[in-house]
Amino acid sequence: MKRTNRSVIPGFGLTTGITLAILGVVVLIPLASLVVFTAQMSFDEIIETITRDRVLSSFRVSFTTAFIASFINAVMGIILAWVLVKYTFPCKRLIDGMIELPFALPTAVAGIALTALTADTGLVGGFFAKFGIKIAFTQIGITVALVFIGIPFVVRAVQPVLEKLDPAYEEAAGVLGASRSRIFWKVIFPEIVPAALTGFGLAFGRCLGEYGSVVFIAGNKPFETEIAPLIIMSELQEYDYASATTIALVMLVASFVTLFLVNLIQTRNTKILKGGA
Amino acid sequence: MYKETTSSKIVKWSLIGISIAFVVLMLLLPLITVIAEAFKQGFDIYAKAVSDNYTTKAIWLTLEATLLAVIINTVFGLSAAWSLTKFQFKGKKILTTLIDLPVTVSPIIAGLIFLLTFGRQSPIYPLLQDWDIKIVFAVPGIVLATIFVTFPFISRELIPVLEARGNDEEEAAALMGAKGWTIFRKITFPHIKWAFLYGVVLCAARAMGEFGAVSVISGHLRGKTNTLPLHVEILFNEFQYVPAFAVSSILVMLAIVILIARSVIEYRGRKKI
Repeated sequence: MKRTNRSVIPGFGLTTGITLAILGVVVLIPLASLVVFTAQMSFDEIIETITRDRVLSSFRVSFTTAFIASFINAVMGIILAWVLVKYTFPCKRLIDGMIELPFALPTAVAGIALTALTADTGLVGGFFAKFGIKIAFTQIGITVALVFIGIPFVVRAVQPVLEKLDPAYEEAAGVLGASRSRIFWKVIFPEIVPAALTGFGLAFGRCLGEYGSVVFIAGNKPFETEIAPLIIMSELQEYDYASATTIALVMLVASFVTLFLVNLIQTRNTKILKGGA
Repeated sequence: MYKETTSSKIVKWSLIGISIAFVVLMLLLPLITVIAEAFKQGFDIYAKAVSDNYTTKAIWLTLEATLLAVIINTVFGLSAAWSLTKFQFKGKKILTTLIDLPVTVSPIIAGLIFLLTFGRQSPIYPLLQDWDIKIVFAVPGIVLATIFVTFPFISRELIPVLEARGNDEEEAAALMGAKGWTIFRKITFPHIKWAFLYGVVLCAARAMGEFGAVSVISGHLRGKTNTLPLHVEILFNEFQYVPAFAVSSILVMLAIVILIARSVIEYRGRKKI
């Protein structure tokens, strides 16, 4: 790499060298090995693997549960961000701090706790069992675990936008006689949509790959509650590295596409954040 | 703000109600469940489960992997932040994207790529065998996978702070003849101290709790390659619920410590800026 602009500050060679060396060993070489390994397989082999009924159904389960969970998170995230920015009430700081819990709590712990809660013998599961609704070991259970994992993403994306939003527009709309709900939908909502979509995308990406919290609550029945990361894991346990790698590649492409879309939205979002102030 | 009407009050308190109910149901209740289940059969059983030999070994391995991940990512994060914010060079955008890549990779895939790189079907496997180096199904693999999943956590906190500050002070110091290390220690570091600590806390939190990646690479050797989250899984799958929740309660307490540390650092950091 060459510097295009000479700087008086020392340390370019050293810091760039360390950065590239660690990046190479930890990220680039391992990721390249995935590509090398796939390149050894024939195209037909790859197609055969990913069109197996069980694999296809795992993709379907993964995408639908991740989508529903991220949607719930988008709605709840906007409400939570709104409440935390606009209102004052007791325990507000505590709630604000709790939002980050899914980042701090190991996913396996979240997984077994949610399983215990939502199983038929659990507090929440027992309540719903009276109405004949099963949560743990169904797709509802997977969605619940994914909602838990995704909570912080939308809240933390929308919060700063709401904080920066100039109240002058709201007041202007209010002076002009707009009702409060009209002000929200016409003035505030369009401003927070990009941020909410960013949070939705990040949560969706995370949910697609999530394993730790889902593995316990899912029950892992093929064709019903088996998600794609679980299939990869079971192929690995049978030492079928080729199948595992192929399925992994599909999931990797899906998460990169998600990330790319998020970045597109985020670029627009940054413009709003910087230009709006 | 305009005056509150009755209907806006109803909206306000119902939204607050929904939020609190959601947080209690989704976040607080799972935490309480862990503690309640852990102490279900009394304190003695709890103490026995927590001080069990396998548990202590798992605690040490988790600490070891977390510490190493924090150290490597600190070295990496500081270097990357310095390189990316103090200099202009070609390929900077690509480098930034590559650094962020690991967080978008599913933990299972993160484990898989290390299995493919260092495992039996890898071209370098015979070489590793000759030198008697064990990576897969051993501690080095766990550490590598942990570093991978926490890779951008520290650099990502530092880069925006350094970018916002600009390079004027460092340039002035360099022109007056200060050495690189002196510039970093006396001028740059005081500004990024809180962002750095914040990154360390996030990195430690994720490192101690990593499950998927470590699960793939560890081979589940009890007492040898079991971290705390993996130990929880084994106990739970063996229907040893009380010990599983007892071990989990250690992780819950660590998570609470991390959340408190996070808020304190964020608060202090804001005050400084």
